[in-house]
Amino acid sequence: MMPNVPPVMTEATFALVLVLLLLAPLAIAGVALINTGLGRSRSAAQALLGNLAIVAVTAIVFALVGATLAGTLGGAGHTFHLAGKAWNWIGAGPLFLGGLGTAPAQAQLGLLFEFLAVALAALIPWGSGADRVRLLAGCAVAAMMAAFVFPLLVHWVWQGGWLAQLGANFQLGAGFLDPSGAATIHVLGGLSALVVVWIAGPRKGKFPQGGFATAMPGHNAVYILFGCLLALAGWLAFNVAGAVLWLHAPLSALPVTAVNTLLCASGAVAATFAVTRIRFGKPDASLCANGWLAGLVASSATAAIVSPGPAFVTGIVAGVLTPLLVEVLELAASIDDPSGAIAVHGAGGLWGLIAAGSFAPQAGQFAAQLVGIAALLGVVLPLLYLLLWLVNRVSPLRVDQDGERIGMDLHELGGGAYPEFVIHRDDSYR
Amino acid sequence: MKIAGLLVMPAGFFLSISALVLFPATNVAARTAFVLCGLAVEGLGLAVTVRGHMEAQGKSRA
Repeated sequence: MMPNVPPVMTEATFALVLVLLLLAPLAIAGVALINTGLGRSRSAAQALLGNLAIVAVTAIVFALVGATLAGTLGGAGHTFHLAGKAWNWIGAGPLFLGGLGTAPAQAQLGLLFEFLAVALAALIPWGSGADRVRLLAGCAVAAMMAAFVFPLLVHWVWQGGWLAQLGANFQLGAGFLDPSGAATIHVLGGLSALVVVWIAGPRKGKFPQGGFATAMPGHNAVYILFGCLLALAGWLAFNVAGAVLWLHAPLSALPVTAVNTLLCASGAVAATFAVTRIRFGKPDASLCANGWLAGLVASSATAAIVSPGPAFVTGIVAGVLTPLLVEVLELAASIDDPSGAIAVHGAGGLWGLIAAGSFAPQAGQFAAQLVGIAALLGVVLPLLYLLLWLVNRVSPLRVDQDGERIGMDLHELGGGAYPEFVIHRDDSYR
Repeated sequence: MKIAGLLVMPAGFFLSISALVLFPATNVAARTAFVLCGLAVEGLGLAVTVRGHMEAQGKSRA
């Protein structure tokens, strides 16, 4: 059961978690590279600058607004009473990071984890809106996530909110478990990506009249695959640090968490390799990258909770589902998601949460995970749609037709990422 | 249609939450089944929303 007040952290544990959190930005760098590589060459500079701007915007907005609403474990929160139980639904932390320097070690490290987590979450929809979402609108989406939706989820899951207290209040296992952000980072990012794609619409020429969806492959497989390797280092840091911070795992349990992370990703990429080999005759590099990332995403929920066998199985299932879902979303649901974030982060995260509930030893854990998923789909998705619809009314997400025709680099930055290269015109995509 | 689907999803959430209040902790199976029913309603809402997106997409192609 999740304690309401965190245990005192030793100096050795503090130092370890701090070092891990200093490595965690590698996950952000990896996802940024993948986002850029999966877009078109004529939007590469805008895509990478967008990643940088989003990290900055989320840090500022989270410091100004989000951290207050997220609150701290054992700190103040707004609670209502229903059916004889307390429902702690939003935090009431100090304004503008007040008192951070004198806060307990756990609270300081938790806040650093949240700063990095919100940056990673906000990068996910940026990849899905590649080649058509304006830089300013992308920053506005990130600001909305960092100010309202992410803090709400963080309070529910990590800071002793009602989802974390499902075990204490309703005897559902240890409460909703999400030690490294499968829900708070990845499902949130995946659902935001879905909303961005719904609102912004597909890229020009993606779904031609009376024809099949046009393939628009990523422009740089090297960025994509190197991004996957960088992401592994960052994910190892996130998963191990999350196990200490949010599950209070002992140091002796941490190597297993790291091994589980690697096994989950490895199982996933092996499965995607096999599926794409069978499906297309040759393995597909970008889908394999998606599979690898989906395995890492699923490990965010499971690595600190399950043993290596189930972690490997979780990865295999994620690796099989991801390429199939990418195809279904594009061909059957007319969803143009260049980075595959909806399948990778959204579905991969949901699968990880279900797997954590299925393989966890506590009774009632499966139901607790299902309630958490119900909150993500039933509250977070409509809330995101409402907020991003408002953003779109104030500052349209989609660039004008001329901007899309000449490419986001020239339109928004006045220069391309690869000035020596010939840029393909839209005609080359029918 | 898209908005209608999005409005159905919170209804599924409240159904899932009501399972916690209505069923005792000892009846794990009934609780889990009720939560799953709530998720099924959310799934229907999501399907309607996706369908609405596809229809809008079809109109913009025409």
